[in-house]
Amino acid sequence: MATQHSRSAARLMMAPAVILLLGWMLVPLTMTLFFSFKKYLPMRGGDLGWVGFDNYIRFVTSSAFWPSVTATLVIVLGVLFITVVFGVLLAILLDQPMWGQGIVRILVIAPFFVMPTVSALVWKNMFMDPVNGLFAHLWQAFGLTPVEWLSQASLGSIVMIVSWQWLPFATLILLTAIQSLDSEQLEAAEMDGAPALSRFGFITLPHLSRAITIVVLIQTIFLLSIFAEIFVTTQGSFGTRTLTYLIYQRVLESQNIGLGSAGGIYAVILANIMAVFLMRIVGKNLDA
Amino acid sequence: MARSVTTQRKIINTAAAWGIGFLIFFPILWTILTSFKTEATAIADPPVFLAFDWTLENYEVVLERSNYARFLWNSVFIAGGSTLLGLIIAIPAAWSMAFVPSRRTKDILLWMLSTKMLPAVGVLYPIYLIFIKMGLLDSRIGLTVVLMLINLPIIVWMLYTYFREIPGEILEASRMDGATLKDEILYVLTPMAVPGIASTLLLNFILAWNEAFWTLNLTAAKAAPLTAFIASYSSPEGLFYAKLSAASTMAIAPILILGWFSQKQLVRGLTFGAVK
Amino acid sequence: MNLTMPLRFTSVAAILAANAAYAETTITIATVNNGDMIRMQGLTEDFTSKNPDIKLEWVTLEENVLRQRVTQDIAAKGGQFDVMTIGTYEVPIWAKQDWLVSLEDLPAEWDKDDILPAIRGGLTVNDNLYAAPFYGESSMVMYRKDLMADAGMEMPEAPTWDQIAKAAEAMTDKEKGIYGICLRGKAGWGENMAFLSAMANSYGARWFDENWTPQFDTEEWAATLNTYMDLMNNYGPPGASTNGFNENLSLFQQGKCGMWIDATVAASFVTNPTDSTVAEHVGFALAPDNGLGKRGNWLWAWSLAIPAGSDATEEAKKFVAWATSKEYTALVAENEGWANVPPGTRTSLYENEEYKKVPFAEMTLNSINSADPTNPTVDPVPYTGVQFVAIPEFAGIATQVGQEFSAALAGQQSVEEALEKAQALTADEMEAAGY
Repeated sequence: MATQHSRSAARLMMAPAVILLLGWMLVPLTMTLFFSFKKYLPMRGGDLGWVGFDNYIRFVTSSAFWPSVTATLVIVLGVLFITVVFGVLLAILLDQPMWGQGIVRILVIAPFFVMPTVSALVWKNMFMDPVNGLFAHLWQAFGLTPVEWLSQASLGSIVMIVSWQWLPFATLILLTAIQSLDSEQLEAAEMDGAPALSRFGFITLPHLSRAITIVVLIQTIFLLSIFAEIFVTTQGSFGTRTLTYLIYQRVLESQNIGLGSAGGIYAVILANIMAVFLMRIVGKNLDA
Repeated sequence: MARSVTTQRKIINTAAAWGIGFLIFFPILWTILTSFKTEATAIADPPVFLAFDWTLENYEVVLERSNYARFLWNSVFIAGGSTLLGLIIAIPAAWSMAFVPSRRTKDILLWMLSTKMLPAVGVLYPIYLIFIKMGLLDSRIGLTVVLMLINLPIIVWMLYTYFREIPGEILEASRMDGATLKDEILYVLTPMAVPGIASTLLLNFILAWNEAFWTLNLTAAKAAPLTAFIASYSSPEGLFYAKLSAASTMAIAPILILGWFSQKQLVRGLTFGAVK
Repeated sequence: MNLTMPLRFTSVAAILAANAAYAETTITIATVNNGDMIRMQGLTEDFTSKNPDIKLEWVTLEENVLRQRVTQDIAAKGGQFDVMTIGTYEVPIWAKQDWLVSLEDLPAEWDKDDILPAIRGGLTVNDNLYAAPFYGESSMVMYRKDLMADAGMEMPEAPTWDQIAKAAEAMTDKEKGIYGICLRGKAGWGENMAFLSAMANSYGARWFDENWTPQFDTEEWAATLNTYMDLMNNYGPPGASTNGFNENLSLFQQGKCGMWIDATVAASFVTNPTDSTVAEHVGFALAPDNGLGKRGNWLWAWSLAIPAGSDATEEAKKFVAWATSKEYTALVAENEGWANVPPGTRTSLYENEEYKKVPFAEMTLNSINSADPTNPTVDPVPYTGVQFVAIPEFAGIATQVGQEFSAALAGQQSVEEALEKAQALTADEMEAAGY
């Protein structure tokens, strides 16, 4: 049992981290809140006075708002779905006996080390370019018309690029989880004549639930704020304008700090809704 | 318990895994190959895979145009500095959460993670103003602190999950033997926690290295890391796939090599305590 | 190296100025990664050898990133840069905010009067020059003489849009991967909207009427956009909605475009045999018109300006004067040949006998001279700027409008829908800005 002494020591040790993060959260947040109630246009002389909730109303009533929320959700959920499903399949495959497993793992993990900017540039120019991209050559080799990836399948393309970056992360967590699975249990089930699919459904999948939760939690945190991938590829056109990107346009392209700040507050609210939602699931799973 | 499999099955597994591994790695491989081509070969139709005249010309041009060494050093400094600083602050916090948990511990942990969800663009202007006031713009120190704060929640959480797996009885025992808190941390906890700390360090180094919003927006010349280096090669006038590939390769090579050499530690780091 | 840091952020400019006499001063230059600027970086030894007490720090960034960085910095008064590369859009807006240092006191031998009047006018506010043009450009038609000859056609020196459409049709051969016309489709105020706003002028369309009411609901805009869509859908390359200047340049260089209407600076790239497979076949013509007295060509100058917060104004001026001087032009000509000198800024360049031999010189000058930023279209407008509207809100608005037009080009919505949305969002943003 922890003593009173160690409790206060513990608090003291936690203090720096908690205080720093609190500051990192509160100071910019307060300033953002402050700006969000102002008409603040640096290009027109800066602070032009208080405007109440004008910015908030303007931000949500703009025709770009709801599409941007949808785009954000499509990207986050799309990437989560792809990385989890393919991650599980890939992890199961990599868990099978084979030659050169270490090398395969090196190949699979590599995209995780690539900067988002670089991976977006590589995909956009060298693969998805409708004239000089590798995909265009591939399509033409089969006598097909090259797909204009970033305009005709814009959201799908971005989901694909981001999934490529995050698949290694999901695969590796899931692989470690699978490796810890008791193989005797699986073998027993196999001998009892349970088909492969139900062995997967009743033994492997439940065992992975915790790992999947972690994958979902960590990835959501990073996916909500993706920016470089969109900035480099479509600049928010063709329905790829996420909430983050919309705020960027308001703050930097339109130089409307007040409006952008109001957008920032909405993004905080959205993030917190997601957070509460996630924490419910994770909280349960983390205790296990 | 080795599962018995036929050789045939093993061959199929190997082929499938290598095939998929190759596909996933291909974009990186293609970038590296392209960096050794001339601009004309880089966009040749049909594409040339290996049979081309390898050239180092692109690397020469890039090295001549940019001060690569400085970008690289800034990346190392900022990523390394922010990770170390983060560890110094996070280790005590994670320790106390793991060994002296209270009812609020989990709430605090989850709250910390939720600070990561704040959209960076939304707070760029305030942070920029603060940086101007404090004279931190285009300084490595300022950027190091910001990246530390961004990754701190992940560091705390990862360490927490490791520390929690260290059996508490050992601590109890050492306490019985009269060890002080300091001894406890230095001689008992640290050695057991080193693998976990190493994994955390690696993962956060990678995350900090690849961060591309703050590193680009808070720097100009002196503190600009490799993310800014790349921004000077993307979409130039004309099609310079080969030079872009050379610059890309130079930006990702250090971290790729580091990652490969330490992948065992990293993989353990990626489990986030998800696996017992 | 960090010693300069505390100094930089104190306001003891006097100390610095005193120091400058015997200590090395560093000036930080933010610039675009365009070919001409990269070349300038390579030639700086000429400057530093003449000014050993000045050290240059380059921040070379891709255009979009650069714009974001310098705008953020100047708006928040961050003081990160001593020289910024900006365009004719930013200069008047920033100068009105007193964010830029006047360049009226550049040395006499720099010869301000030699700058082309059209370009100089765009960089002058209240009779003060606020930026020195590094290179200037208009837009014109670049076409393949060989393909035109094969089709038995001839390109007039001043074509109309109808003639362009006919030529595009004649040259298109999709089997061989040749597309009659390449135009910008990538969304952005400096990308598709630069082209479309200029084209709209030749159709008599305008951004705003004299009461600042957006005009996207007019016949003129519908005619502009429909012509553009017809051209691109019938004779354009695939993926045109993501093609900007760079993408079209490489398409043209690879011989995949019959015509390309774009910046005059591209002329030196498409006629350069080391990069271009069609170098010897390129012809030039003025941007098309529609019989209304206005041509669809724009006016732009990448220029060097000094932000008011700079602590090394004098040194920065020395650099700006060097980079935009006649001597610099001569230096480039000596090293890289006359075709590669930064074009479009000085009268003396176009009077130079050597430069007159460059095939695109005359057409560039004529294009620049035919653009009129104060009177861009047929009807009167309350703004200046040919392919932009010199108000701070424009960049944000035009990029969003550009995204709607780009989506229409990609077939995701009709021309009517795109114009409707453009009208609504422009009205909305203008109201937010208080017009």
